[in-house]
Amino acid sequence: MLAQFGFGVLVVTFALALFSAGAAIFGYFSKSDRWVESARRAVQLTFPLISLSALALIYMLLSGHFDLEYVYSVTSRDMPAYLKVTALWGGQAGSLVFWSWLMSAFATAVTLRKWDRDREFLPWVVVVTAVTLAFFLALVIFFENPFVRLWQTISGEVLPQMFAPAGARLFTPSDGRGLNELLRHPGMVFHPPMLYLGFVAFVIPYAFAIAALVTGRTDDRWIRLTRRWTLVAWLFLSIGLVLGMWWAYRVLGWGGYWAWDPVEVAALMPWLVGTPFLHTVMIQEKRGMFKRLNMLLIMLTYGMVIYGTFLTRSGVFSSVHAFAQSAIGPMFFGFIGFSMAASVILLIYRWNTMKSEVSLGDTSVFSREAFFLLAALFFGAIFIICFWNVLFPLISEIVTNQKMSIGPVVYKRETALFWGGLLALMGIAPLSSWTWASFKTISRAIWKPAIPAVLVTVILLVAGMRNVIALIGLTLIAFVIAVALYEFGRGTLARARTKKENFLIALWRLAGRNRRRYGGYIIHLAMVAMAVGVIGIEVFQQQTQQTLKINQEIQISGYTLRYDSLYKFPYPDGRQVTLAELTVYKDGKSLGKLSPRYDVYPDGQPMTIPAIRSTLADDLYVVLVNWENVSEQQTPFKVYHNPLVNWMWIGSVIFVLGSLVAAWPEKTELEMSRYK
Amino acid sequence: MKMKKYFCYPFFFILFLLSVTPAVSVMAQEPTPSDDQVNAIASQMFCPICENTPLDVCPTDACRDWRELIRQMLAQGKTTAEIQQYFVDHYGARVLSEPPGKGFNILLYIAPGVVIIIGVFFLFLGVFLIWILPSKKPGTGVAANSEPTTQDKYASHLEEELRKRS
Repeated sequence: MLAQFGFGVLVVTFALALFSAGAAIFGYFSKSDRWVESARRAVQLTFPLISLSALALIYMLLSGHFDLEYVYSVTSRDMPAYLKVTALWGGQAGSLVFWSWLMSAFATAVTLRKWDRDREFLPWVVVVTAVTLAFFLALVIFFENPFVRLWQTISGEVLPQMFAPAGARLFTPSDGRGLNELLRHPGMVFHPPMLYLGFVAFVIPYAFAIAALVTGRTDDRWIRLTRRWTLVAWLFLSIGLVLGMWWAYRVLGWGGYWAWDPVEVAALMPWLVGTPFLHTVMIQEKRGMFKRLNMLLIMLTYGMVIYGTFLTRSGVFSSVHAFAQSAIGPMFFGFIGFSMAASVILLIYRWNTMKSEVSLGDTSVFSREAFFLLAALFFGAIFIICFWNVLFPLISEIVTNQKMSIGPVVYKRETALFWGGLLALMGIAPLSSWTWASFKTISRAIWKPAIPAVLVTVILLVAGMRNVIALIGLTLIAFVIAVALYEFGRGTLARARTKKENFLIALWRLAGRNRRRYGGYIIHLAMVAMAVGVIGIEVFQQQTQQTLKINQEIQISGYTLRYDSLYKFPYPDGRQVTLAELTVYKDGKSLGKLSPRYDVYPDGQPMTIPAIRSTLADDLYVVLVNWENVSEQQTPFKVYHNPLVNWMWIGSVIFVLGSLVAAWPEKTELEMSRYK
Repeated sequence: MKMKKYFCYPFFFILFLLSVTPAVSVMAQEPTPSDDQVNAIASQMFCPICENTPLDVCPTDACRDWRELIRQMLAQGKTTAEIQQYFVDHYGARVLSEPPGKGFNILLYIAPGVVIIIGVFFLFLGVFLIWILPSKKPGTGVAANSEPTTQDKYASHLEEELRKRS
């Protein structure tokens, strides 16, 4: 009964979304405000409706309704309740319901805002959000329905179908297959929802962009209206990516956090086009430039959001042939093609009305605008490389009928220069000024923050560092930090002097008065902290694999690990655990114990759980390998020494703070909203 | 005294020979390559079964056997290229983390490079046409606008302020 209810509600919501899009279009062309209002209310209904459906599914996941094929495939009795809830996004069908749920939440939230001043945008914002929602609901209803039940026919065959085949009885297995073991981790609670929130939130600025193009109101109004939505989308997407890295680092036992896997790259691509968009919109707001570029970037971001969802959900990476057999793949491609074609046609239609209000020639080649444009081009280059490297194996398989893998070495080699360029620009761009700056003015501004950067290089050289990549990277990092602190210090001192405030109050108020700018600098600091982590692991990682007997030792990067003991025991949930204990020493002093382990689930699925000793300076990461035939006389360990990797996670926390500062409403906005 | 000194050299030479001899005999029996040597090669390859899992970290039985195969081939004196070729012959080019740029697959490396080179070309062309060329001609481009009148300055400043505050 609950399954029919959940499915029925989805069908009604799908019809409502289609109605909403139709009513909005009709209302726009017939200039009927009543139809547009009706469309708006219809969209607002989608959220409570999908909530009912999603809650029905969550209830069935929690209560073990194994007669549902989805519940059977992603949960089992032994799973804790929190993991049963996360199973909502643990499989394809459920994750599409979850996507639709979030989409309806954002669509409802955006239509709830006051529309008095920008009413002409409303119908097209409704159309874009409703069509996107309808597409995902169509996928759920027609192809990936989580409410499909298991039926046993008279011949004993078990069929997954929504409605009972003739003469069949409902079939309820005694237990489910359970969630993939790698997904049974607290990371599952936060990583996918954050990523999806980021994906879905980017639909809102895209919807406004399309509304601006259709209505011809292509000034910076749509950008101002969506500034906060974009920042929130970007924040969620970034947090989602970092959580994914943290999860991979803690669970996979590969010794790293990013393997340039196509699914990872698929999630990175919207970020690679969304980040320059966040920067270049500032120029449109301030100077009326880059209108077409901004449109292009947000269109690409939307395209990559859908493409990223498709890549991660269609199973296309297992085989392009699997993709051809599943209906979901062509549907995705069709929808991306349709939305991109419609967007580009609209952009061409409005091309001439979107000229820059200021000619690029009237700004200097060293202006902040020019640097932002250069940063957008660097991001564009990384995006092209990633896009091509993800797509090409699929094309190659179709043409040559041979599979192909593209490893990290290719990505690193092709993108390293551009990442370095972006790091340099994070330092230089804030020193430039809007509209006019010359080589002379930049040089004048650069020398103060350059001093600590040069000092860092000298210290590193004296300390014996000879790796050129690390030296360049760390010098640039020192430079960006110096620039951000210099900007904070300069502004605070000026304010303290003129307003006669003490330094801390001046700093607080300075950031409060221009949250976007100083929030941006905090984000830059976060990015360089992350870059420290990247350099640490990419350049200085050491690893060794050795097979030890009890009391034997491994030496790595000045550490000694002594193998103390081995335990093998069953877990109550049926797992067979193999756990080794090692003592870590440095300079003869014991630093504590590490216990890497290997769990083998009843279905034979192995899972490596690394033991990590983490400090600000480095991580010692120990993995138990080749778990079979492990004995006290012969235990293989793999040990990684990952310098500075913790700065990756510290950077991500600073990053969230910076984003919150940047997204927090300005005082004037709050005051104005009171008078609205 | 001098003689004593020269007497030492053959002594050390014999000692050296004695210390080296066991090592040479072990080498003749092909020492087992270490896990690190195996992983150095395996990390540049993908598991032929699991999607996008590097061979050095893949936990499956099959991958463990393949790592052992690499060890045996190393012990036989095979080079990295020969080992990789063996795997390519048996499981296809997908085992390589860096696909060979041959035939159709050369597009993998060429296409983004060409796009980026075209981009860089247009970037320089743009810089030249927008900034460098006009600044050389008196009365145009930046030069023409570099010293606006007081009225213009005031108007543009006002517009800028209004834009920032709207």
